[in-house]
Amino acid sequence: MQPLKRITSRTVVIASTDIDTDQIIPARFLTTTTKEGLGQQLFADWRYQEDGTPKREFVLNRPEARGAQILVTGRNFGCGSSREHAPWALLDYGFRAVISTEIADIFCGNALKNGFLPIVVDEETCQWLLHHPGTELDIDLEAMRLALPTGVSISFAIEPFARHCLLNGLDEFGYLRSRLADIERFEAARS
Amino acid sequence: MTARTLFDKVWSAHEVVAETPDTPAVLYVDLHLVHEVTTPQAFSMLKAHGLPVRRPDRTLATMDHSTPTQSAQVFGSVPIKVDAAAKQVRQMERNAAEFGIELFGMHDARRGIVHIIGPELGMTQPGMTIVCGDSHTSTHGAFGALAFGIGTTEVGHVFATQALLQRKPKSLAVNIEGPLQPGVTAKDLILAIIGQIGVSGGTGHVLEYRGSTVRALSMHERMTVCNMSIEAGARAGMIAPDEVTFDYLRDKPRAPRGQDWEAAEARWRTFVTDPRAQFDASVDVDAERVEPMITYGTNPGMVVPIGAAIPDKKGDEVFDKALRYMGFHGGEAMLGKPVNVVFIGSCTNGRLEDLQAAAGILKGRKVAPGVHLLIVPGSQQIKRQAEASGLAEIFKAAGADWRESGCSMCLGMNGDTVAAGQYSVSTSNRNFEGRQGKGARTLLVSPLTAAASAVKGSIADPRELL
Repeated sequence: MQPLKRITSRTVVIASTDIDTDQIIPARFLTTTTKEGLGQQLFADWRYQEDGTPKREFVLNRPEARGAQILVTGRNFGCGSSREHAPWALLDYGFRAVISTEIADIFCGNALKNGFLPIVVDEETCQWLLHHPGTELDIDLEAMRLALPTGVSISFAIEPFARHCLLNGLDEFGYLRSRLADIERFEAARS
Repeated sequence: MTARTLFDKVWSAHEVVAETPDTPAVLYVDLHLVHEVTTPQAFSMLKAHGLPVRRPDRTLATMDHSTPTQSAQVFGSVPIKVDAAAKQVRQMERNAAEFGIELFGMHDARRGIVHIIGPELGMTQPGMTIVCGDSHTSTHGAFGALAFGIGTTEVGHVFATQALLQRKPKSLAVNIEGPLQPGVTAKDLILAIIGQIGVSGGTGHVLEYRGSTVRALSMHERMTVCNMSIEAGARAGMIAPDEVTFDYLRDKPRAPRGQDWEAAEARWRTFVTDPRAQFDASVDVDAERVEPMITYGTNPGMVVPIGAAIPDKKGDEVFDKALRYMGFHGGEAMLGKPVNVVFIGSCTNGRLEDLQAAAGILKGRKVAPGVHLLIVPGSQQIKRQAEASGLAEIFKAAGADWRESGCSMCLGMNGDTVAAGQYSVSTSNRNFEGRQGKGARTLLVSPLTAAASAVKGSIADPRELL
């Protein structure tokens, strides 16, 4: 994994609350057996017409969204199904982080394992971001701070071990495997 | 010793390495359930590292999500209609063979929805940790297991190590008191709870359902309740094991036998919350006031008693968007609204008792003209039981479409879908936009309400047909 220390990008806003993983990537696309290419189907039912052409009014189809790496949404992002295809699709599309007041547990875990940052902020900050799409943000994972162009800087929390792994480009799997002797001892003690 | 909750006890019994401020706990996994949709990339990861599945004896695979439910496709007289699904099914077969995992394949008499077959076989047991790449793994918590959904990367972690890195969630007591009224089911109860605490009310928590109402529930009802814990955002839902649990498990094929049973039962009895144990939070639910419930919006928290009107929240953009999708308006009554499709099945309500409840209403009645009633048993065993006990005949005589087991119309990825704009009264667990098919409009209900609505051809109160 590449180390992840900083994300500097404009934001894209999808103000809906409770955006479930069926919206992020509908189940009919889960028949894939790889991780690649899912960005094409990100938010498919919000993004495309029946004939597959883009819906002009949907934010991801607008020119100002192009290249943006930070998604801002209403509360409880990523609820529902445990499908890791959700962060895979977001990453494949080009997003690196989501900001909301609340992010669902399983999505959070899946996101962090793929180098996608789930950032929870207070209601006031989120409301400001929701009302200012296209804001240039600087996310500093090392300092756990979010810098707004207004000069305001907001701290956020992130699970310390995931942060350590992301900053150093480490895979959590490597750490888990390093505890195999403990796992074997645990099994032996139980049997 | 400090008083501990059921969750505390199961958690600490599986802590290989305790958590520290810098590192999560290493949590041991007793049972890893596997299905075809969320595992291909995990097997690829094992191959890339040249690793085996470390404990195939603690791993069980089935196929349910992308599998067809039409007999001809299941038993091979015609090919599986959805090409990509067929590919996924074949890949599961290859991976299971290569890694030595027991797989209940397409033709296996024990195949079924992953959360139905674990309990059915007696593999789901009190005090266990159970994981699966599926959020409805919370179902198994009905036995006093700590059971939760994981992502595909974590599926790979469990394959390779039989453990997971986890931070300990908080605990939330859901205290439920009072009897359920006639015509009110466990499904109505959990929908009412989600309506009360909200779709993120359980985020970061493991729920323990407690109280006199819970003690009086049968195992299939407890499974329905725990199944939808994730719909409140919870990491898991648990119910302490008791005589009901032990009676259910006693004759199951993979439950312990003889002396092993005695020892197991004695141990299982310790998995209860101590009298003075503290929860991080609690909520009280009055079961007596719960009515048959129905969702009107695009998440399970948008729910009302069946006789009620849709709330009116003029100016709330998110709320309005949900109603627009559903083709509803604030203030409208739910009763009498038209129905196109009725789906009875899923890991929430696809057990034999759910089918019996539906049959009680469908017996001697007909599905209303123009309504497609699809009834999908949760497992092949349930299918055989329903056929042997005459339920299937009742369904067919009523005009229902009776299928092979699978997740089917709960999620539109196996060929069973609801068309855009159509109303589906469904016993499944999610009414998200497009969940049952692009543009499909889902209304979540109990099997009783589903059957009553199929007969009436519109949303109906089951109490009128009991």
